Amino acid sequence: MMSALRDNGNEKQRDSGSEIEMSKVTGRPNTYLEAYGELIAQRQERDPVWLRQLREDAWTRFQDRGFPTTHDEDWRFTNLAAVAKIPFQRAVKGAVKVSAREIEPFRVPGAACQLVFVNGHFAPELSELSGLPKGLEICSLVGAIDCGMGGIAPEGCASDGIEQHLGRYADARRDVFTALNSALWEDGAYVRIRRGANISQPIHLLYVSAGAGAEIMTHPRTLIVAEPTSHAAVIEDYVSLGGEAAFSNAVTELVAGQDAVVAHYLVERENLAAFNVSTLRLELARAANVSSHSILMGGGLVRNNVHPVLSGDGAECLISGLFVGAGHQHLDNYMLVEHAQPQCSSRQFYNGILDGSARGVFHGRIVVHKDAQKTDAKQTNRNLLLSDNARIDTKPQLEIYADDVKCTHGATIGQIEEEQLFYLRSRGIDEVSARNTLLYAFAAECLDRMQEPAAREFAEGLIRERISELARNRQTAPATAPIEEEVQHWEEVR
Amino acid sequence: MALLEIQDLHASVDGHEILKGVNLTVNAGEVHSIMGPNGSGKSTLAAVLARRETYEVTGGRVLLDGKDLLEMKPEDAAREGVFLAFQYPVEIPGIGNAYFLRSALNAIRKHRGEDELDAMDFLPLYKEHMKLLEMDDKLMNRSVNEGFSGGEKKRNEILQMAVLQPKLAILDETDSGLDIDALRIVAQGVNAMRSPDRSFLVITHYQRLLDYIATDFVHVLVDGKIVRSGGPELALELEDTGYSSAEASVAAALQR
Repeated sequence: MMSALRDNGNEKQRDSGSEIEMSKVTGRPNTYLEAYGELIAQRQERDPVWLRQLREDAWTRFQDRGFPTTHDEDWRFTNLAAVAKIPFQRAVKGAVKVSAREIEPFRVPGAACQLVFVNGHFAPELSELSGLPKGLEICSLVGAIDCGMGGIAPEGCASDGIEQHLGRYADARRDVFTALNSALWEDGAYVRIRRGANISQPIHLLYVSAGAGAEIMTHPRTLIVAEPTSHAAVIEDYVSLGGEAAFSNAVTELVAGQDAVVAHYLVERENLAAFNVSTLRLELARAANVSSHSILMGGGLVRNNVHPVLSGDGAECLISGLFVGAGHQHLDNYMLVEHAQPQCSSRQFYNGILDGSARGVFHGRIVVHKDAQKTDAKQTNRNLLLSDNARIDTKPQLEIYADDVKCTHGATIGQIEEEQLFYLRSRGIDEVSARNTLLYAFAAECLDRMQEPAAREFAEGLIRERISELARNRQTAPATAPIEEEVQHWEEVR
Repeated sequence: MALLEIQDLHASVDGHEILKGVNLTVNAGEVHSIMGPNGSGKSTLAAVLARRETYEVTGGRVLLDGKDLLEMKPEDAAREGVFLAFQYPVEIPGIGNAYFLRSALNAIRKHRGEDELDAMDFLPLYKEHMKLLEMDDKLMNRSVNEGFSGGEKKRNEILQMAVLQPKLAILDETDSGLDIDALRIVAQGVNAMRSPDRSFLVITHYQRLLDYIATDFVHVLVDGKIVRSGGPELALELEDTGYSSAEASVAAALQR
């Protein structure tokens, strides 16, 4: 474990202070119970038995556990007291009207289609689903469930295959937010890419939080099934309209069949009052190739869980991310990479940029199961701290039960290099632009790992905007402090 | 008026005084060479002139075309025509060579009140200079100095100099680590840029660079001061006798 703390603040004390407060609320304000009661009543007739059971088990689990505290090793660096004490309300469908014009700025140019959800509810009038490419089936998840129960099939709906996959990967027993989502989800996207289909343009899932007068919670649930030898990219995008606090607790299960090639993009660009917990569970069959790209720019408190399980021989997984925080943003990345079968490889690359009093966390856990011989796992986390009060905690964790594996880890924490800055300035480039250019170059490393042109261009635009925003918000350039870098490298070959 | 006028310049790094009263006048069109043993302050002088902030000026003045150079930030000095060819050019991953140089050129052109160049205007200019320096086209889109050989890095410095057209070019041990061919190419690049309104400050440890670049004056810097100045013949003399004679003369001067 490595951490850099520059604020001399009494971090420990502050944590334990809030702990007492949190135990009082234990993450279970009545609003969760109310939401569950309402939802169960509403879905009584429409949810199939297996789904009702899924909700019930998950709810029991959530009630038993409550929100985790910082005593929980997996939540050591992220204090949820602020989330736990807000009585978030369930969003009533259609209570907030959002116009197409408001959605316009969030569209992804070159996307194959766009599914829009407002406060967790599918908004067909805002979605763009015409001219779907062959082999792509996409619809609202609850629409598909209802249609499977004898309702009217929405356009593009595939009702089969849900029971087989939903809730089979994301484990409500392991993770309390997955439990909460599994109990309270109201809608989300169901995407199926048919065997052999090659969907060259990205599929855009837009989850909008729109102010509703009260503090809204949503639990979007996404299921992506990529059948064998299919190829597709999905962008899951969280945005806010207005500045109100909202709590998004999303779970996505992505199942990649044999030889399927799938890219998943998570974009977090909500307002600074937003709480966002997202859990991406990737299931990789034999020789599947999945990449997860996370771009965290917005949100006040963000927890990004990425959990791939390489459960077929020769599967490959890329886990790439960029988190950029300023002000009091807290951006926590929790990676759990499970190698379950032999000859699989995983690559993790996460870059963090933290300014102001922002705090970042990178927790990279790699588990190599007994059968997973010849595993090749690599993890790199690089961080730039732009201010004395910014903080990063980076923590590698390895559990190896096989005896012929190769795992490497490296993490760095530093500042913009004075030498590079001087080099650019000595050629006539002003300090702010030079700083900007260097920051952008660091941030843009993740772009090189993106294979889909439309998604990459979209990400590039977001990153450029965020980096120049960071520069604009900086009143004055900081004094060039000596470069302080801690590097930790280790390699374990057993 | 002299292009560069250094008067009693004192500078320190981390509290250690490195320059202890340097005086030097460079007129437009002249080539001045600064020689001296390791640690005498040659690179510090170059860095101070390029306005590197880690070097603290503790006394003296420097005028560039009559303007106070010590008041300038690095980018201002560059825009006023100072160029430093680095002894150890920095690698900057993620920033393309051509993109970087065009940004630099445009910053300088903007300062001069000239139109900025777009990629279409810039590329032919860039390619032409690359060809003169016998540089591989592939380096154009690579990140700045990233994975370049030592010789490629030094050529890249000269390439930048050729494109940015400075008034005062400072070459900080550009010859170090170069083989004879690379040295010849680099020297050709410098010679092609000589003009009546451009001056050069060539910092070197060895006389051999001066076989290729005709210098007007040679100055010997020892322990933060210029102890001897002369014509090109001084370089040859130093090659024979080494710096010890120059250092001895300092010692003698101090004793007097």
